[in-house]
Amino acid sequence: MSQTFGAYGGRYVPETLIPALDDLEAAWASLRDDDAFRAELHELGTSYGGRPTPLTRAARFAPDQRVYLKREDLMHTGAHKLNNALGQAVIAQRLGKRRIIAETGAGQHGVATATVCARFGLECIVYMGSEDIRRQAPNVERMKLLGAEVRPVEFGTRTLKEATSEAIRDWIANVDDTYYLIGSCVGPAPYPEIVRELQRVIGREAREQFLVAEGRLPEAVVACVGGGSNAIGMFYDFVPEEDVRLIGVEAAGAASLSSGRAGVLHGARSSLLADEDGQIMDAHSISAGLDYPGVGPEHAHLRDTGRAEYVTCTDDEAVAAFHRLCKTEGIVPALESSHALARALDCGAELVAVCLSGRGDKDLAEVLAQ
Amino acid sequence: MKTLVVYLMAMPETPELARVAVESGADIVELGFPFSDPLADGPVIRRAGERALAAGMRTGRCLDVLAQTRTLIDVPVVLMTYASIFDAYGWEKLERDARDAGATSFIVVDLPSDVRPELRRVQLVAPTSTDARLKLAADATDGWLYLVTVTGTTGARADLAPTLAPLAERARAATDAPLYAGFGISTPAHAHAAAELVDGIAVGSRAVEAAEVGPAELGRFVASLRDALDGK
Repeated sequence: MSQTFGAYGGRYVPETLIPALDDLEAAWASLRDDDAFRAELHELGTSYGGRPTPLTRAARFAPDQRVYLKREDLMHTGAHKLNNALGQAVIAQRLGKRRIIAETGAGQHGVATATVCARFGLECIVYMGSEDIRRQAPNVERMKLLGAEVRPVEFGTRTLKEATSEAIRDWIANVDDTYYLIGSCVGPAPYPEIVRELQRVIGREAREQFLVAEGRLPEAVVACVGGGSNAIGMFYDFVPEEDVRLIGVEAAGAASLSSGRAGVLHGARSSLLADEDGQIMDAHSISAGLDYPGVGPEHAHLRDTGRAEYVTCTDDEAVAAFHRLCKTEGIVPALESSHALARALDCGAELVAVCLSGRGDKDLAEVLAQ
Repeated sequence: MKTLVVYLMAMPETPELARVAVESGADIVELGFPFSDPLADGPVIRRAGERALAAGMRTGRCLDVLAQTRTLIDVPVVLMTYASIFDAYGWEKLERDARDAGATSFIVVDLPSDVRPELRRVQLVAPTSTDARLKLAADATDGWLYLVTVTGTTGARADLAPTLAPLAERARAATDAPLYAGFGISTPAHAHAAAELVDGIAVGSRAVEAAEVGPAELGRFVASLRDALDGK
């Protein structure tokens, strides 16, 4: 199994964690093609998660195009994050780990992790920046209802970057009995590959559904990119289809692919918002889920090879797309997904598949305050 | 005679602090170049890094501090930092410029021993390291092997970690290189107890705290460790 994607990825972690990563890699190597594991994931996805999610034509939202929404907002817990959390919870149990830690920004991954821990009877601790706790209060309450402990992170930017660092520090201190359930396709190998494989179901379903609806593949596939897990899951089965444009949409203030440089953060080399000395800079986005200065290493590779293109969307454009989808389709999208919606309208393609990665209930307060 | 390694964060006043530390009994100085996201560090060194960055201690100025330190002391000086700093500056360029400024070796906390072996450096091993990884690190290390006493980040603890003794025993079986223990060693009592097991100790967080008080406090603290190591 390769630990890198071109010049990116790898394992930049203290020695303490290397044996645990080796164990995870070995477990993953035996599970990824194991029929029983795949059957278990499929069963959980359908009977618990609500898969397959529909593909919905958004005719009033985009009257001049044929735009389809892959409805990950209809997954249990309201976002694609559950695909990953369910799969990694199964892996954790195979490794015999009963204490689960996670980081969260918008709270969607924290909620998904708290959910699967409740489902499987695992201890759950979620690290969350105190600024995000303020912005995403309903998700904090949901995690607590589900039995998770939410630990505020009170230093640095008080957002996802510091929450991730603090989760990794917890892992370093408790690696013997703890599984780190990372929320995006970031972190040291083999996490980026594991998360991609667990999210691939999005693009696999979307591809089949689009063929049924239109009798051909889309011209463009669009997804928002923070850490990049919904995008890599949506893109991956389209990567071999060279006529299909893959468009990742970053928040303009957190554009680690569009305006970043190579660097090392949270265990991997990737494209980052960093200064010329390698110090990580603050990201800014109205959407807590995109408010992260790094991105999955595979996206950096897809950018460099030219297979995927990465563009940006401002806070205002995302909020406008949010309102437009509410008014034209009766769907309240997550602010994260609204970035993808905005660029789907002006990407120049007629046939478009957009990953609607989550629903926007959590964002009502932020949007209404605008 | 046991070896005493003292860690200091690179700041404008660090050359003078390093001189005091060596005068008070330090045999090796680790000079930290701050990084914004130090995964292996507990609160004390993390905050020291934040202060250093706020004071403008980017790589270029850190190299100046290293060069000034070199003019004041003649013991080994080890540049200790994170991979992002090397990656941004250029791995070979930083190694060359740091050696030109007087660094004798390197520690890159988040660079596992099998990655970039061409950068000769002091390797770290942990209680979780398998025997195979211990051997890998021991064979690659530059001069001495750094034993991380705890499964955790840097920072003071009440007691010397019980995980050090079995780690030291396994490391002895793997290498003839000197073994110095660090992470969680902060008091003369720890130093004394660790000296029974290993050839030296590295003290970080408590030294950084003493250095923040001033040269006199750092000198007293380092001397107390020296006495404990020497059995006084």
